[in-house]
Amino acid sequence: MITDISLYEVLTITTLLFFIGVYGFITRKNLISMLISVELILNASVLNFVFFNQYLYPEMLQGAIFSIFIIAVAAAETALAVAIIINLYRKISSVEVADVENMKY
Amino acid sequence: MDISHALLIPMIPLLIFLVLGVFYNKIKPAVSGYVGVMGMLVSFGLSIYTAYQYFLVNGQIDGVYQSISQKTVWMRFTDTLHIDMGVLIDPISVMMLVVVSTISLMVQIYSRGYMKGDSGYTKFFAYLSLFTFSMFGLVLATNLFQIYIFWELVGVSSFLLIGYYYTKPSAVAAAKKAFIVTRFADFGFLIGILIIGYYTGTYDFETLNQPDGAAILSWTSGSFMGLSILTWALILIFIGGAGKSAMFPLHIWLPDAMEGPTPVSALIHAATMVVAGVFLVARLFPMYYFVEDGFALQVVAYVGAFSALFAAVIAVTQTDIKRVLAFSTMSQLGYMMLALGVSGYEGHEGVGYTASMFHLFTHAMFKALLFLGAGSVIHAVHSNYLKDMGGLRKFMPLTNITFLVAALAISGVPPLAGFWSKDEILVAAFEQNKLIYLVGVLVAGLTAFYIFRIYFGIFWGKETQYKHPPQESPASMTLPLVILAFLSIVVGFIPFSEFISADKAGFEGHLNYPLAAIATAVGLVGIGLAYFFYKKENDLSDRFVHAFGQFYTWTFHKFYFDELYLFITKKILFKNVSYPIAYFDKKYVDGTMEGVGNKTVWFSEKIKKIQSGRLQDYAFAFVSGVVVLALIFVYFLKN
Repeated sequence: MITDISLYEVLTITTLLFFIGVYGFITRKNLISMLISVELILNASVLNFVFFNQYLYPEMLQGAIFSIFIIAVAAAETALAVAIIINLYRKISSVEVADVENMKY
Repeated sequence: MDISHALLIPMIPLLIFLVLGVFYNKIKPAVSGYVGVMGMLVSFGLSIYTAYQYFLVNGQIDGVYQSISQKTVWMRFTDTLHIDMGVLIDPISVMMLVVVSTISLMVQIYSRGYMKGDSGYTKFFAYLSLFTFSMFGLVLATNLFQIYIFWELVGVSSFLLIGYYYTKPSAVAAAKKAFIVTRFADFGFLIGILIIGYYTGTYDFETLNQPDGAAILSWTSGSFMGLSILTWALILIFIGGAGKSAMFPLHIWLPDAMEGPTPVSALIHAATMVVAGVFLVARLFPMYYFVEDGFALQVVAYVGAFSALFAAVIAVTQTDIKRVLAFSTMSQLGYMMLALGVSGYEGHEGVGYTASMFHLFTHAMFKALLFLGAGSVIHAVHSNYLKDMGGLRKFMPLTNITFLVAALAISGVPPLAGFWSKDEILVAAFEQNKLIYLVGVLVAGLTAFYIFRIYFGIFWGKETQYKHPPQESPASMTLPLVILAFLSIVVGFIPFSEFISADKAGFEGHLNYPLAAIATAVGLVGIGLAYFFYKKENDLSDRFVHAFGQFYTWTFHKFYFDELYLFITKKILFKNVSYPIAYFDKKYVDGTMEGVGNKTVWFSEKIKKIQSGRLQDYAFAFVSGVVVLALIFVYFLKN
């Protein structure tokens, strides 16, 4: 572990990462880009888990195990989302959010 | 005495009603007729068995007929005030069982011929069974509430059967009229029941009817407008009875009820349901007699006497034979009420009570016979009107003879049934109230006149040319006629006073020869007049119509009572009360609720734009919500 880095810097990075993800999720017009943004959000939280584990309970591994767990869930989720997007593309030949407004009232 | 089989008597018709009603489409008409008749035959047998056991074998203890009841508590309010369900066997209920089962059986046999080929054949028998069940329940009721339940049930089945030809607007209107008028009267009945329940603390007939019981002694407990409250309750109950029994001024539904099939008129509107009012007064007779020296009973007597005269006068002018019979029924019911009204309680004093029940019994036989005979004629001629009939004796000999027997019986010609019961009524009236006696004699004369007017009009009179020569009805229709004719001749010889009397002890009945002679003479005069007027076609009756002039027109239009009621309801009640209330209801009550609904729809229309369907909008809302919540938790809800 790199001892020079304080928790403060690490949290700044993960917060930035998180809000970049949120920003991307809200502003991107493409479903694939939105999916990538969601991955950013997830990774920010995974990083948080790992760092907090290291700083608070260095002798334990729960945080690391949890992060692996989240990565597995994220992989599953991505597979599902991609499957939906592919199906959508087959139907309407587009992955633009603006074209998927069928849920409207 | 074991009376457990009495419960079966109403249950069999109920079972038949359910079977015929549920499997309405699956049962062939031929089968349903047999099912109905067979079921009634069993009920009839049980009723006769009950009557035999009760009257002749073991109903008496020390010469007094006992009230035997079998009941379970259905609804309990307090220890004394509870509503029971069960059967009550006493002289009048057993007598009514015999009447109802006999007439029902005859009418069901008759209907198999009369209704043949009708599309609703099975339905008709189901309704008849429902009615018979309700009527048995009514006569066997142990308390006021039970009688009220079955009272409404007979009202419903009467409504269903009057409106049986439901494609005919007049039948529909008549059914509604019958239901509404009787329902209106039953409102009085219900209030009376509630008052009795409140002041005496019981609904049970056996408790209410003890002459020295608490129920009757408690009449001093309060008064209202100069009469004790219990008297008011009894008058209100009588209003209920008057509605069912078509007493003036609630009689307007009975003539219209003739829109139903003729067997229905014979069963319900002549022999059984309409006597329920008389039965009700008889059932509560000790109360009527003892509470406040019988003031309520006086009301019964005068209403009965007036109705008898009023209806007899109208019956003379009607041209629809079923309506003549309807007014005749009303008149005879008035007779029964009158007899109850002038009755005393103990021993021979109670001759009016006995006479009333006796007349109820004999009247059921000969009036059912008259109706069934009229039905047979209508079946042959396909018309209800006297002008389409005449000279039918050649075509329908059996109907002619049986109708003649019934007509003689109702006119009070000895030794037929009507003579005996009418004589007893007149004896009772003569001993108590001369005015009512005179009315009774006058009505006896009028009765003989109008019944022979239609008899001569149908079977003699002018020689009408028929397109298709009328034929005698089939055996299924003439058999009941013959049986009822036989009964109309013999039932008068039953020593009724020994079986049924107000104090249940019975007394030796005997004929009062001078009074019987007067009544018979008056009846014969009526028959004689009808003979001269209508035996051969002549203009005698027309000349008399001219002599009476305006009075005849009034009578012909039933003294304009229908018009009066229509005026009161349509012009006054509907216009000034119902319409404003309906307007208020539509405009304000409904309006408020509709306004709430409309505003909700309007508001949701406005806000539904938020649901854009765009993923990012939702995500944005979600994220900003999280941010706002986070800020709230961080800055405002720190601890």
